[in-house]
Amino acid sequence: MKITHEIKDNTITISLDGELDASSSVLLDEELSNPSIMKYSKILVDCAKLNYISSAGLGVFISHLQRFEDSQIKLIFYNMQEKVKNVFEILGLDLLMTIVSTYDEAMTVANE
Amino acid sequence: MNNSIRISCSKKNLKTIREFVTQYLSQYELSDIVLNQIVLAVDEISANLIIHANQEDASKFMELAIERLNGQLLFEISDNGISFQHSNYKEPDIEEHIRIGKKGGVGIAIVNRIMDKVEFTSRNGRNICRLYKTVF
Repeated sequence: MKITHEIKDNTITISLDGELDASSSVLLDEELSNPSIMKYSKILVDCAKLNYISSAGLGVFISHLQRFEDSQIKLIFYNMQEKVKNVFEILGLDLLMTIVSTYDEAMTVANE
Repeated sequence: MNNSIRISCSKKNLKTIREFVTQYLSQYELSDIVLNQIVLAVDEISANLIIHANQEDASKFMELAIERLNGQLLFEISDNGISFQHSNYKEPDIEEHIRIGKKGGVGIAIVNRIMDKVEFTSRNGRNICRLYKTVF
């Protein structure tokens, strides 16, 4: 799992590259637990190269979502592969989280 | 085709399990989504065995065997760790997990939703989880 980020104004874009399982999700959890992330108002997650997610990966997002919402931070997923989106759908998370198709859509939702 | 694999109880070996299942299933024409779901279900059970039943003790082992039974695939995952108490299992309330920021506890729910039948048995210290999926 490779995690990179890009910062522009009040938006941080996190790109996930690889497989998010019980072993690698610790890295993502560290990234989202870093107090400095709370200074952004938008967190965009680029899932283009995310080839796999298990419950451990979903659990990381589930465990941080409320904290972001309480601080009016928008968490938006985009470029998600169908098979990965399907895993969110199995638990109904697609209805509780914001998942859009493209970067442009993500920016539109972020700026609403 | 080799249909079983034995790995030590380290989370790093989950990738090996996933690759093994993917390789085995490559002989069938499954869609990307179904293939990923099956790999995921086996990964979830394996992760539970490694982390909870065997406390990531790399000196312990778990096994996976895959069989085709008529129109179904059977995944048999076994270990000698602490057995899973299915009777204590409760379906998670995802919205509650979000409210309280809970990280775990949704893996078995995923497996139940993907597989047609999920069985847990324990005998003489050996635990076997059987996952059945109709794909043909």
